[in-house]
Amino acid sequence: MIWEALFLQLGYNATLVTLGATLLGMAAGVGGTFLFLRKRALVSDAISHATLPGVALAFMVMVSFGGDGRNLIGLLAGAALSAGAGLLLVSWLSNRTRLAEDAAIGSVLSVFFGLGIVLLTVIQTMSAGRQAGLEDFLLGSTAGMLRSDALIIAVAAALTLALVLLLRRPLTLASFDPEYGTAIGQNVPRTDLAMMGLVLAVTVVGLKIVGLILIVALLIIPPVTARFWSERTDHVVLISGTLGGIAAYIGAALSAAQPNLPTGPIIVLVGFALFALSLLLAPGRGALSALLRHRRYQRRVHLRQGLLALAHGQPIYEQRTLRLLRAEGYALPDGVATQAGRGRAAKALRDETRWQLIRSDPAYKAAAQQYDGLTPIETVLTTDQIREIDSRIDLRGGVMA
Amino acid sequence: MSGSEFVPLSLVPMLIGIFVAVACALPGNFLVLRRQALIGDAISHVVLPGIVVAFLLTGMVTTWPMLLGAAGASIIAVLAIEGVRRLGKIESGAAMGVIFTAMFAGGVLLLEQSDTSNVHLDVEHALYGNLESLIWLDATGWASLLDPEALATIPVELPRMAVTLLFVALFTALFWRPLKISTFDEGFARTIGLKTGPLGLGLVIVAAIAAVAAFDAVGSIIVIAMFICPPAAARMMTNRLEHQIAWSVLFATLAAVVGYVLAGYGPLWIGMRDSVSAAGMIATVSGVILGFAAVFGPHRHRGAAAPAA
Repeated sequence: MIWEALFLQLGYNATLVTLGATLLGMAAGVGGTFLFLRKRALVSDAISHATLPGVALAFMVMVSFGGDGRNLIGLLAGAALSAGAGLLLVSWLSNRTRLAEDAAIGSVLSVFFGLGIVLLTVIQTMSAGRQAGLEDFLLGSTAGMLRSDALIIAVAAALTLALVLLLRRPLTLASFDPEYGTAIGQNVPRTDLAMMGLVLAVTVVGLKIVGLILIVALLIIPPVTARFWSERTDHVVLISGTLGGIAAYIGAALSAAQPNLPTGPIIVLVGFALFALSLLLAPGRGALSALLRHRRYQRRVHLRQGLLALAHGQPIYEQRTLRLLRAEGYALPDGVATQAGRGRAAKALRDETRWQLIRSDPAYKAAAQQYDGLTPIETVLTTDQIREIDSRIDLRGGVMA
Repeated sequence: MSGSEFVPLSLVPMLIGIFVAVACALPGNFLVLRRQALIGDAISHVVLPGIVVAFLLTGMVTTWPMLLGAAGASIIAVLAIEGVRRLGKIESGAAMGVIFTAMFAGGVLLLEQSDTSNVHLDVEHALYGNLESLIWLDATGWASLLDPEALATIPVELPRMAVTLLFVALFTALFWRPLKISTFDEGFARTIGLKTGPLGLGLVIVAAIAAVAAFDAVGSIIVIAMFICPPAAARMMTNRLEHQIAWSVLFATLAAVVGYVLAGYGPLWIGMRDSVSAAGMIATVSGVILGFAAVFGPHRHRGAAAPAA
């Protein structure tokens, strides 16, 4: 069942929904990257919660005109309108009043959502009775979706993805270096507006699949995950889009195969699993690689201190230092230096003396700044310079033991 | 409206609404000033997995396991957000977004997978609670407030919320000076020897306690609204923290009372038969108050000196 779902064998509707979710995930991953780089990730939370009163109002308007009230395009149009209003309010509150953006986001989010809940309870008591599954918009639901709805979502997701790809250059510039963007004549505020428009489009299209509470995860988790894998904006955008697509694809397929797995949460959890893996395993920024780096650093410090102690003929009390020296074959278990150990110790002491000399000589100021006790002196100075230093050491009269 | 109708049906929910609103607004003042306003949002989302796990472990929907589960989940969330922020060098907003959405998704999934058909536990309840249902059946009028037998059947949420409010108010009063100093000038607070790290964590934990206690009665949406809207509105009214706190308490109380009345009786006035969600209405009213403050408040602009009064 699961394999059939992953290979799109579960019928036309499920396939359409899965493809739509994948396209949406990619659009969200790419669009969310810009939001993340602009450090405005949680604005999307306000936008998504602000869709609820619009959905409810659209339903009421459609019913009062004698319609069924469940027309998806009508509901999504209402969602887009009220989300737009929420977005405007967030920027008005954070630009025109003393409130910081986070307070503006939180107030718009909670108030719009509260209003939406009030309207939902009104709808519950309307003569049109049945709530027309408006609660599905809270957590998303793809089970039993109408074919026309699935088609609308797939097409809208494809359009959103196309829009993101069209706008990626100005968005990259504005999110990476807004000052430079302004300097070369780009209208950064308008680009920001376009970015918010994209986020709004992703949110509205995703309402039916992921639901309004969790849609922000699609915009936030993939970019944050991608950031672990690259330091380059264009790569982060690409990776984020791919990750978003993968998470949405697997999530939608799984939930199509298992009727009691709600689509939105599954997509989010797949995305989070990818995030957790990256947090642990990514090279460079990942936790494991940071741990290894730290261990390596400790090892070098211990080895150097141990070698200096050997050179000075001092006893070594630190067990870890002794263990490392033995493992390298520099010392015997009782702490006495081996032949190789004596050679390395002499070299370490000599290097230390060289460093001390150049650190007191203004002529080597730039090189001396690299001193951290670990950097080999050969990587900082040329052989000629080292020879010059050594001649001075020998003049001072045999520091070498 | 007579006491015989008001006391059993409306007094308790209204009082709970006020207690919740004030208990959330007090720490909210500091959270808004410290730009941590969205912590409340994050906490109220992660409460759901906490109570679901507590339910799965104990098999009951009872107060203490649920409160403990919710508190545990909030602490895990706060630690996880901090961990992601430090490990990945990710800004706090995005770190928060990753953790609370994932935990909420986990909660929803657990809930859908487990058999909760015979208990009152669902996502909608977690979001907007059921303030209206907290009625005091044994009350017959104002006199019941003095009748120990009737008082024994008062909904347990009321004393619990009262204790929570007392605790939050005590915390605010006891740590008033350190909180105030570290909120406005963290560097200075550190130089005079205040432990700003534990203090900040303590503030978040107090906020979490308020959120968790409130959540059971009123759902999370009201909690988020009360953390942010009354303090934000109060901030437009004054430049002094003492006055801001007073304004926020006033606004929170006003939102709770007006919101509850509008939800319970408003629809009847315009000829509809049924009431609407009180939690949603209280949040909406707090937003309206914030709107008025943002348009007319004397201190609504950034950095402006006090206007000539």
